[in-house]
Amino acid sequence: MDIGGTLVKLVYFEPVDITAEEEQEEVENLKSIRRYLTSNVAYGKTGVRDVHLELRNMTMCGRTGNLHFIRFPTQAMPRFIQMGRDKNFSSLHTTLCATGGGAYKFENEFRMMADLELLKLDELDCLIRGLLFVDRMGFNGHPECYYFQNPSDTQSCVKKPCTLDNPFPMLLVNIGSGVSILAVYSENNYKRVTGTSLGGGTFLGLCCLLTGCETFEEALEMASKGDSTNVDKLVKDIYGGDYERFGLQGSAVASSFGHMMSKEKRDSISKEDLARATLVTITNNIGSIARMCAVNERIERVVFVGNFLRINTVSTKLLAYAMDFWSKGQLRALFLEHEGYFGAVGALMELLKPTDDL
Amino acid sequence: MAECVGVDSNTSGHSMDKSITLPPDEIFRNLENAKRFAIDIGGSLTKLAYYSTVQHKVAKVRSFDTTAKAPNDKLYEISVQEEVTARLHFIKFENAYIETCLDFIKDHLVNTETKVIKATGGGAHKFKELIEKKLGLNVDKEDEMTCLIKGCNFVLKNIPHEAFVYARHADSEFRFQTANPDIFPYLLVNIGSGVSIVKVESEDQFERIGGSSIGGGTFWGLGALLTKTKRFDELLQLASKGQHTNVDMLVKDIYGGSYGCLGLTGDLIASSFGKSATADKEFSKEDMAKSLLHMISNDIGQLACLYAKLHNLSRVYFGGFFIRGHPVTMHTITYSINFFTKGEVQALFLRHEGYLGAIGAFLKGAEEDNPNQYSWGENYAGSSGLMSVSPDMNPMQRARSGTFDMLEMDRLERQLVNLPLLQDPSSYIPDTVDLTEDALARDYWLYCFEDALDGVVKRAVASQPDIPEAVVRAEKFRQKYRHKLLTLRHQPFAYGSLTVRSLLDTREHCLNEFNFPDPYSKIKQRENDMALKHYQRTVESLDALSWEDRQFALVSGVLAGNVFDWGAKAVSDVLESDPGFGFEQCALFFVDNSGVDIILGVMPFVRELLSRGTEVVLASNSGPALNDVTNGELQILTERIAAMDPVLQAGLQEDRLTLVQSGSSSPCLDLSRLDKVLAMVVRERQTDLVIIEGMGRAIHTNYYATLSCESLKMAVIKNSWLADRLGGKLFSVVFKYEVPLGKVHHNGATLMLS
Repeated sequence: MDIGGTLVKLVYFEPVDITAEEEQEEVENLKSIRRYLTSNVAYGKTGVRDVHLELRNMTMCGRTGNLHFIRFPTQAMPRFIQMGRDKNFSSLHTTLCATGGGAYKFENEFRMMADLELLKLDELDCLIRGLLFVDRMGFNGHPECYYFQNPSDTQSCVKKPCTLDNPFPMLLVNIGSGVSILAVYSENNYKRVTGTSLGGGTFLGLCCLLTGCETFEEALEMASKGDSTNVDKLVKDIYGGDYERFGLQGSAVASSFGHMMSKEKRDSISKEDLARATLVTITNNIGSIARMCAVNERIERVVFVGNFLRINTVSTKLLAYAMDFWSKGQLRALFLEHEGYFGAVGALMELLKPTDDL
Repeated sequence: MAECVGVDSNTSGHSMDKSITLPPDEIFRNLENAKRFAIDIGGSLTKLAYYSTVQHKVAKVRSFDTTAKAPNDKLYEISVQEEVTARLHFIKFENAYIETCLDFIKDHLVNTETKVIKATGGGAHKFKELIEKKLGLNVDKEDEMTCLIKGCNFVLKNIPHEAFVYARHADSEFRFQTANPDIFPYLLVNIGSGVSIVKVESEDQFERIGGSSIGGGTFWGLGALLTKTKRFDELLQLASKGQHTNVDMLVKDIYGGSYGCLGLTGDLIASSFGKSATADKEFSKEDMAKSLLHMISNDIGQLACLYAKLHNLSRVYFGGFFIRGHPVTMHTITYSINFFTKGEVQALFLRHEGYLGAIGAFLKGAEEDNPNQYSWGENYAGSSGLMSVSPDMNPMQRARSGTFDMLEMDRLERQLVNLPLLQDPSSYIPDTVDLTEDALARDYWLYCFEDALDGVVKRAVASQPDIPEAVVRAEKFRQKYRHKLLTLRHQPFAYGSLTVRSLLDTREHCLNEFNFPDPYSKIKQRENDMALKHYQRTVESLDALSWEDRQFALVSGVLAGNVFDWGAKAVSDVLESDPGFGFEQCALFFVDNSGVDIILGVMPFVRELLSRGTEVVLASNSGPALNDVTNGELQILTERIAAMDPVLQAGLQEDRLTLVQSGSSSPCLDLSRLDKVLAMVVRERQTDLVIIEGMGRAIHTNYYATLSCESLKMAVIKNSWLADRLGGKLFSVVFKYEVPLGKVHHNGATLMLS
């Protein structure tokens, strides 16, 4: 599992090649957990299994099985730990591999409440390992990776699958609650270039304050219906058109939320407009920082991952556009279907390392 | 991006305050001769610029006709003449007063040939009609960014302490940068409603290399939505009281502590507003405003660093309404830059940042006057100083209405350049003690100047005995200067680093302001007369001495007119310690006082140098300051002495003795701002010795100055506090002889003798 600032990502490998011998040895407890996880798509009020992401009949460290992807809010961690105690996880003689900040933050609670020892793993190590693994495995026969063709044209912009052969070097932009930007030169050679605190958490946090919404889905739904130009001040709002002296298009955003300096305008906009503006502001800013890092690090391939991009085509398309437009076609934005789950996959791989006799 | 137009009703046009009456003595001065107007209308403030000529009195000296039959007992006559000098006026006021101000200008604008007013800023088009109607001038719009850059270049070149580093918790919050003569290339990050990042490579070459839509408008707009607070200033006030940790998700909120292996501390913000994604909690306005401020400042700082790194630039200036005079934002931006560059790049701010657009627009309109061909100097008497109207600094002035901020710059008669002999112009600091950093010294000197004020006022009145209203003017001078001292007590950084030099210069500016151009002229005249009568005898007695005795007598003569008894042997030891001393190609001598000092001290010394074959360049002030000898006076004195002294006569005739002016009218000496002609002469003559004499020039300003040639600094410490500081006694003598490292085996000696 990957315990982030907002979401916990849990991947569960369900072996389908269990021998009769194994079946017999397996404790009842484990069976009941498997049944619970694989037969439900929702857990409690907030846990969700992303069925569409399930990787079927895949081979992982010599075993064949299905990989399940489950997420729930970090706020629900105490309840999860409680469940671990109730279901007596500690009797399973298995290790819970955990990454993300929560692996450290909740370590004590796991130990005290559920008698569980966490195997803590570095989140960036896990992220890269998991990403490269899933990309190699592919997505049930399809490529894991995609990009947008004609990103500058909203009419003809289409999602295209692609492969990440020769992935190095790549700039990896992980957008969770905050953002980390890594320059990856090989599976084990990477550095964190920078990060920004303006990430998914900022989008959701601001949206909640501005619109009263409560969930990411709700915020995105509103954003999809809004118009950010009612909120943002564009170049043409200031110059009447393009700012030619500096080659700025009239349609470029000059000041995010700039119209909101005026009371009149504040009174006339909708919640949807505000949600959209928040989304566009955060996305453009990430694009801008990622682009600068790519140029400074001399890397042309920019891979965006993280749960901020989940069901968020507004942002993926905007990022694709921003990379292409501001670099004059030099940079390409790439995306991965399993957006936010790579850290958890990377942690799982540690568990399945064949050399260990766990 | 452009500064936004004021949009909240309280700052926009329809609530114009016409009730204020403008004090004509104080603002919009010298309107009678004003020409070449420019205006920069921003979101809430208007900046007006104009060029004007100022008539003021100057003291001139004129030699009496020596062939006249009736012998005159006076050496020269002093006359006070009217002189016209050029001055730039910049006035900043709230947009609410724009109509009142335009009316005022119209009423006072007597005879101007001006037809056009240059305009820039986001509000220029909004007020276009009003300006055209009121002033009868055509509004000619200029590109905002071009104006900004032009203005920036101008202040960086002409105002020595323009740029500063902000350190909120340090002893002195404002650390002014030494003026580097080479201002290019630099990065200007202008934070208006959006952010523009501009790389400036030369006077005319600049490029917008990037920007961001997250800027001051985002803070204001988003802040207004979140906190229901309308005004930008109020939002900043809220932010300064808030706790961002209630709203932001920190690294420790995710990790429980720090993220050790990446070196991310627990207090670092992982996700701005990351804690506000919940419906069941209320957040305070203050906390949200603070979080927003951090988010925006960090973001801008990060981008600025990325661009600075990409273009390999280390000088990054920040400006725009987001920054302007707000310690809160200067602090957060500074913090961000420090964080992202690990201290490699410093965030720099500008003292006159608010005026850049107006200055640039003005310069665009004044191109035919070639303003860039001249050197300009900030007039301390007519300028308000940094943050004089800032509520943070000056809560008494919080009643904002009617607060005007002013900047006046005088066109200097001479173009000023570096002394070519400075070892490292970029690290040269023309001040020995920075009073902004040294609180003890500051208190002492401010008290000193306050204490001496009565005497200065008396002297000023006495210098104009035939003019009854001089008393009134002198009283005005007293008020003005006292007010300056008071301001400096509260805001020592108001005019850049506070130094003894700036205190002296401010006093001179204030005296000039009230038409006391040369309070010491008569005293100087009398003393020169007297000293001249003793010249011949002094020279004769010097000639009678042995070499060693003569050297000692000469040096002590320069220092104090033979008054003080101090270690003769020590001086000749110093002089003899370098076998080359006295065999220089050419000596540049910065002289000090009139009277005994110049005539019986310096001149015999010059005579000695000349007779050894060393050429001499005598540099004296262009304009009067205290009892310092001016170039005009020195011309006459030298002629007179030459008439009785064949050595000097020959020196003049053979062009081995040259008189130049320093370009300064200060009792101090800034070697980075000297007359261009002086620099040329210094180069031509291959000057290899610089002599600096007197407290103001050798102690207050250049005690630590390093030159690329031999130098001799001589002064008598006439101030017991300073003597104490330097480790000596009152009336100690400083005799500092330095040879640049590597030139000679021996690198000088300092004597301090009582």
